[in-house]
Amino acid sequence: MMKDFFYMGGYGFYVWGSYAIAAIVLIGNIVLPKFQHKAMLKKLTKKLYRAEQLK
Amino acid sequence: MMKFIHKTASPPYFYKLAGLWQPWLAGITILLLIAGLYGGLIYAPTDYQQGESYRIIYIHVPAAWMSLFIYVVMAVTAAIGLIWRIKLAESVTVCSAPIGAGFTLLALVTGSLWGKPMWGAWWVWDARLTAELILLFLYFGIMSLYAAISDKRVASRAVAILALVGVVNIPIIHYSVEWWNTLHQGPTVTKFDKPSIDFRMLIPLLIMAVAFKIYYVWSLFMRLRVELLDRERNTQWVKSLLMDNKD
Amino acid sequence: MNQSSLTNVFFALLKRDLLLAFRHRAELFNPLMFFVLVVTLFPLGTGADSKLLQTMAPGIIWVAALLAAMLSLDAIFRSDFEDGSLELLVLNPHPTSILVLAKVLTHWLVTGLPLIIVAPLLAVFLGLDSSLIGLLVLTLLLGTPVLSLIGAVAIALTVGLKRGGILLSLLVLPFYVPVLIFATNAIEMAASGLPVVAQLWILASLLILAITLTPWPTAAALKLSLS
Repeated sequence: MMKDFFYMGGYGFYVWGSYAIAAIVLIGNIVLPKFQHKAMLKKLTKKLYRAEQLK
Repeated sequence: MMKFIHKTASPPYFYKLAGLWQPWLAGITILLLIAGLYGGLIYAPTDYQQGESYRIIYIHVPAAWMSLFIYVVMAVTAAIGLIWRIKLAESVTVCSAPIGAGFTLLALVTGSLWGKPMWGAWWVWDARLTAELILLFLYFGIMSLYAAISDKRVASRAVAILALVGVVNIPIIHYSVEWWNTLHQGPTVTKFDKPSIDFRMLIPLLIMAVAFKIYYVWSLFMRLRVELLDRERNTQWVKSLLMDNKD
Repeated sequence: MNQSSLTNVFFALLKRDLLLAFRHRAELFNPLMFFVLVVTLFPLGTGADSKLLQTMAPGIIWVAALLAAMLSLDAIFRSDFEDGSLELLVLNPHPTSILVLAKVLTHWLVTGLPLIIVAPLLAVFLGLDSSLIGLLVLTLLLGTPVLSLIGAVAIALTVGLKRGGILLSLLVLPFYVPVLIFATNAIEMAASGLPVVAQLWILASLLILAITLTPWPTAAALKLSLS
């Protein structure tokens, strides 16, 4: 039963390939902005800190 | 109404709002995805003609719908941004582009993975596929143009113009299967009379469609927060946010 | 005579741009030479199988025309952008979108029209059936203005950028595709003896749409690039 699930009537590569790429795209579009957010906060804080120091 | 719009579109308010909504958007998306995946992979019966390979539909069709939907959202917010000069509208246009490109790519790739076993070809130059490929190039063009202009206010408006010019492609993609009798399947869900697809197959499809939409909002809000920080870096609200964050 | 009526300004601008273009006559030849060279590359690169060339001729000529048009787009606004006359153009009380049409018309007269004139010769080089040459010219006549009009939007968006060249192609080629498809399809169908009225009407409507819908975004993009 489980084996049939993975085998997908012979189309396993195509079906699971599609779902895998979907997973990559969906996860990527969440993880990437998360990293960008952290990086942006870090970068802007650094800039602010330096600007404060120069005052 | 205008007061509501002005309040919501104000960057500091929206930044906070988007942050608060995040866990809810995430939760709803994941629940819907689980329901849709269960429905598509287990509940829906085997297709009489295509066997199990048709299950790609649960990724391919919602992704294709999103590729069109997101572009339309971009065009509408582009118009709003240009006419009423609302910064948040401009940012929605800009931040939606990578998400739309991702879905377009997904639609094209899953389409190929479906087409190869079914019709023997990874790709054909059929009207709908070609138009969808052009859509991908439009998304890339928008992303490249935004990256190329250093003044982000000018960049947002340039991208808004480009997005509006490109919107003519959307009806071409949608109606291409009716106008040209080529390889891609005709409309089966969006016809106005009863859809000709089995009910048990339709429900997971609709669930996935909604899941992808909520996902779009989730991803968009995350990107918007980054974009707002970037564009508003010299304002007081960002400075005080960074100060609070530091400690 | 009312010196500053829109029609007068339009034609004055057209005359000025054509005059400027003819002062640099050598530069006029570049897109044309590019067109001829690219078309010549195909039989050289694919082996001169005449049957194959004959089938591909409409596509080769059209792709070459597309590329030549795209490479010459920079000329529409570049010199005016650099010497400040573009700002004067935009500040002019007459609607910028109409003045932009004058510039696009110049571009077409100076780059598109020569391509159309030379195309029959190239068609003969590639062995295209002589009965189809008239249709080829007609598709070019309907299509090349669209290339100039749509190209104007793209070059208006990128004229302010330092390295906008490749970006320009990414922006403009997706929009050129429908023109390419309908034009070459018309010739292919005619080669099989099928009617081509539909394709020609579609090309004509693309032209009308381009004339009416592209001036405004071009003007808006120019104002943006100047800011």
